[in-house]
Amino acid sequence: MTDEKSTVVSHEEIGSGYRRLVVEAPALAEAVTPGQFVHVRVPALEASALRRPFSVFDAEGGRITILYKEVGRGTAALGQVRPGDALNVMGPLGRGFPEKCDGAALLVGGGYGVAPLYFLAKRLVASGAAAGPVKLFAGGRTKADLLAIDRFEALGGVEVRLATNDGSAGVKGLVTDPLDDELISLRNAGSRFEIFACGPDPMLRAVAMRATGTGAKGWISMDRHMICGVGVCYACIQKTVRGNSRCCVEGPVFAAEDLVWD
Amino acid sequence: MTDTKVNLGGLEMPTPVAAASGTFGYGFEYLGAVDYSKLGAVTAKGIRTEPWPGNAMPRHCEVPGGLVNAIGLQGTGVDHFLEYTVPWYRQQVAGVPLVANIWGASVEGYAEVAAKMGDSVDAIEMNVSCPNVKAGGHTFGQDPAVLGEVVAAVRKATRLPLLVKLAPNVPSIVPYVKACEDAGADALSLINTIPAMVIDIERRVPVLANVTGGLSGRGIHPAAVKLVYDAHRATKLPILAMGGVYGAKDAIEFLLAGATAVAVGTATFTNPGVIAEVYDGIVTYCERQGFASVRDLVGALKEG
Repeated sequence: MTDEKSTVVSHEEIGSGYRRLVVEAPALAEAVTPGQFVHVRVPALEASALRRPFSVFDAEGGRITILYKEVGRGTAALGQVRPGDALNVMGPLGRGFPEKCDGAALLVGGGYGVAPLYFLAKRLVASGAAAGPVKLFAGGRTKADLLAIDRFEALGGVEVRLATNDGSAGVKGLVTDPLDDELISLRNAGSRFEIFACGPDPMLRAVAMRATGTGAKGWISMDRHMICGVGVCYACIQKTVRGNSRCCVEGPVFAAEDLVWD
Repeated sequence: MTDTKVNLGGLEMPTPVAAASGTFGYGFEYLGAVDYSKLGAVTAKGIRTEPWPGNAMPRHCEVPGGLVNAIGLQGTGVDHFLEYTVPWYRQQVAGVPLVANIWGASVEGYAEVAAKMGDSVDAIEMNVSCPNVKAGGHTFGQDPAVLGEVVAAVRKATRLPLLVKLAPNVPSIVPYVKACEDAGADALSLINTIPAMVIDIERRVPVLANVTGGLSGRGIHPAAVKLVYDAHRATKLPILAMGGVYGAKDAIEFLLAGATAVAVGTATFTNPGVIAEVYDGIVTYCERQGFASVRDLVGALKEG
């Protein structure tokens, strides 16, 4: 782990309040694995403001990419950084996804929750470490909330199923609708699979229930407000079978069977 | 070369810059992001007899100039601390003294934890002022007589340098300082967080699950300086000062007001490099002002 003084390479609006930020951070890019996160000091905020955590969308060639949505004061201020700006990026942090899969890898993302799943899909496709096909199930309120679908498709061999609340892309409904169809066909075929998920809490809970209910492994990435990002402050707590666990150290990716939902 | 060594009530610190309890875990989590060669001591996260789950979520809220938290002292118990945490710390972080921060639900609880520490750590800091747990908080830190009783009990239980971390929210710090002095404390830690509250006006609910919390960060610094100043005038006990140290200027204010050493807390979350920046800035200041030792800064405030 380092607190790397990085340089912004590019920062683009990709529509509907979503942005893609690329920074030059060689040590981080080399070390980070899918599902891990980085803790970013936002230059436009006051000097005492807390850092903001972001999962990594991609890491290659000494650069990392973050895909994020403007959801509050921190992400709004982060929007002001320009290519060439210096940025303190601490990481890699937390426990990410396993980079292997016993059977089909079902990646389930809600909104910008697809960010760490792209990094995972890329690694799984490149390594062949999934014993079955890699499939993405992406959901959002509208078509505009489905991000980087073209990037998943460009990986080759990643089957993509979409769902939107308004039916503007894919099936009209929840991301668990196409997921359930897949689970039924996998069960009928007697095929093994694991589920990897990132997105809003209600989606994660629904996905975790399906993993535990089918006896499959589920890997659930929790999104929590954080203070330190390194395990010292105990602010980003998720209840688990082991008690109050820290999302930043024991997570953000937890085994579905370990999670305790309120 | 400025002499940066200080003695905090028997605790030999290689530099006057410590890490404050609750903001530095058990001392090793920031390895890779912190220059430990500039760190004078690590004050570990609060320890009691048994593990403690802490408060419900949400536990924090960012506010202008700082942070309101109600973590509630989640932490490992003393047995786990001694068996795993301390050996791991000693292996990972050579040369930086380790201070155990302890708390309890009873006088006996404090004394038991202190006794169990033996000589495994380099000093003990008693937390009698956490605003976020009922026992271990106001019960012990808001009445000089009760404070004297618990400090005396811990004093009997340990020969380690003993620091007492006091609450800022008292009409005068002096009776508490005197109570610690009379009960055999070796040093004082000032200040703990200031009781605080944040309200979500749209939902009309408290932001924190615990309803109230403790304010830390930049905004509390001048209040902390005043309390350190008051305490220093009332006692010869050395003071470890904390509260809104974001740079060397903040630390030097504490030293001039009478602190022997300072602790960096909330600032570390934003900038782990702050510990090195504070150390470097103190050394530069000493060189510029002609002080051979940081010890010469202590209480070197000129008045009227």
